[in-house]
Amino acid sequence: MLEIKNLHARIAEDGTEIIRGLNLTVKAGEVAAIMGPNGSGKSTLSYILSGRKDYEVTEGDILYNGESILELDASERAAKGIFLAFQYPVEIPGVATMQFLKVAMNEQRKYRGEDELKTPDFIRRVKEAAAELKINPDMLKRPLNVGFSGGEKKRAEILQMALLEPSLCILDETDSGLDIDALKIVSDGVNALRSPDRAVIVITHYQRLLEYIVPDTVHVLYKGQVIKTGDKSLALDLEANGYADIIGAAA
Amino acid sequence: MNIQNTITRTAAETALLEAYNHQVSDLPGDGAVLSARDLLLSDLKDAGLPTRRLEAWHYTDLRALLRTVPAFDGSAFAEAVAPLAIGSSVLTVLNGRADVGDAPQGVVVKRYGESLLDGTAAGDLVERNTEDAIGRINGTFVRDGFEIEIPEETVLVQPLELQIVQSAGQSHSRFPVTFGPGSKATVIERHLSVDGTPSLVSSVSDLIIEAGAEVTWILLQQQGDDDTHLGQLNFELGENASFKLFVINAGGKLVRQEVHGVVTGEGSDFKLRGINLMGGDSLTDVTFTLGHDVANTTSTEIIRNVLFDRARGVFQGQIRVAQDAQKTDAKMACNTLLLSDDADFSAKPELEIFADDVQCGHGATVIDLNPTHLYYLQARGIPENRARAMLVNAFVDEIVEELESETLIEPLELIIAEWLARHA
Repeated sequence: MLEIKNLHARIAEDGTEIIRGLNLTVKAGEVAAIMGPNGSGKSTLSYILSGRKDYEVTEGDILYNGESILELDASERAAKGIFLAFQYPVEIPGVATMQFLKVAMNEQRKYRGEDELKTPDFIRRVKEAAAELKINPDMLKRPLNVGFSGGEKKRAEILQMALLEPSLCILDETDSGLDIDALKIVSDGVNALRSPDRAVIVITHYQRLLEYIVPDTVHVLYKGQVIKTGDKSLALDLEANGYADIIGAAA
Repeated sequence: MNIQNTITRTAAETALLEAYNHQVSDLPGDGAVLSARDLLLSDLKDAGLPTRRLEAWHYTDLRALLRTVPAFDGSAFAEAVAPLAIGSSVLTVLNGRADVGDAPQGVVVKRYGESLLDGTAAGDLVERNTEDAIGRINGTFVRDGFEIEIPEETVLVQPLELQIVQSAGQSHSRFPVTFGPGSKATVIERHLSVDGTPSLVSSVSDLIIEAGAEVTWILLQQQGDDDTHLGQLNFELGENASFKLFVINAGGKLVRQEVHGVVTGEGSDFKLRGINLMGGDSLTDVTFTLGHDVANTTSTEIIRNVLFDRARGVFQGQIRVAQDAQKTDAKMACNTLLLSDDADFSAKPELEIFADDVQCGHGATVIDLNPTHLYYLQARGIPENRARAMLVNAFVDEIVEELESETLIEPLELIIAEWLARHA
């Protein structure tokens, strides 16, 4: 589903290189965890996959379902099924949450040549998905993410993911700022989306999230490269011993 | 030597004075009104149109900007449109001619043309001060409008819309409105143009809001791309009264809207909310003065401006707090979204405070759309154009939402969305 080949990328504004020859393959149905110390490029990778303009790719390629997506902007990538659940979801005053959800769903449908959703159908879908995630309907009446607690913002991200039904889900530190109950609800939401034709990339610092969303593969990112790949036992290893050994072995 | 004789009149000044000569026999008014008009006209002759040398007109040099003045056009045809809010009573002024067709029950409505004849209007036709060009022009030429009284304790359930439609030529209207003690009303003053012919409209509304009255006034300006709009709204706010004024500019080529208020009753609250949508080669100037003359009053002003193309915008806001007006709480904010490198906005907030126990503040910001907001919307599959439109809408919609009435919010949102669709 996703094939990242020898990717080099830098911050557009000052030219700082963050991703330095990264290779990663994620298959359909796979849950891949990306771990790594602070500053290793994890969040940057998620931004680059989603098409954020602040970064430019200088070398290599990103293939999604066999096609390069480097020329597509963020909205086109989203409409093709790439979804990034943000570490820090953005508050947008004045944009009503329901209106935002409806426009996003319908713009994606339009891009794919599907009919727009009828309002009753849209409302039913939102209500069902919100109930699954134990989201208070009052939250949906507020402007997008405005005044939401950290946990509410993360749940709202997973709600969007459930409604937009992407085929590649990228979760950027979705566990940060969540208490144990919220973590469980969010993880259940993600697990409910697991399917043979959907891939999930989980970016996290901690093994804790991976107890709830069990990965098929674990990749260690360091200085913009994947320096080690393993199965879920690698995450346990890191939890016990830290990154030093692996970084030392790769150097 | 009299220096005035050496001033060369501009084409617009000449046209205005000639228009008076053509109109004078036809303008309504008793003797007192005629002498009031003569005084204003002689000031207009002496001073000419205001230039940037006058403080109040520093950013809008009317003499340089007003190139032509269309002649009065008695044959032009104008038609009323559906009211902004469903269920409203509508009073129309079509090409300057008022019609008391649909006055709501319990409200006293008289054509201003009659007031000019029956001796009640002469006192109105005075200048606020020497820089009051709008009062001067309007008073010289005013022909009609409405004198309205909402009696004590009268509650208007539905809005009252004053619909001023101009198709061509000039018109000058006046609206003295008294809100009696304890009355409640929503009034929509709506200026529209029906076709592309250039026109000149002046309009002066004089509001007296008596003790305990609750008034919402929506001033909606939707003139055409070639029109000049000179508006002025004056108000006096009594004890424990509340006044919410929404000024929405979504049209016109050369627009000056003045708001001048005096807070004369303790315990009163004033809110000004402004949305100025500007595009093309237009200039929109909102000039506001407010005097807190008594203690224990509050006011807030929030102005949101959106500029496209080569548009120019101006906000002058002056709050005066008199020495006796202790415990005044006044806050003014002017936020501008500048969406073109060629657009230009000038903000001049002023506070003049003579009391020592007050809370007053002002702030002005000029911004572009937030790139992080744009990215977030795009990351959910919303194309860039649509995302930009959503964010511009959000910027002004926060103001519209304060109306707290769906029958007003929805049609205003539609007008704003249509304007943005034409200009974005």
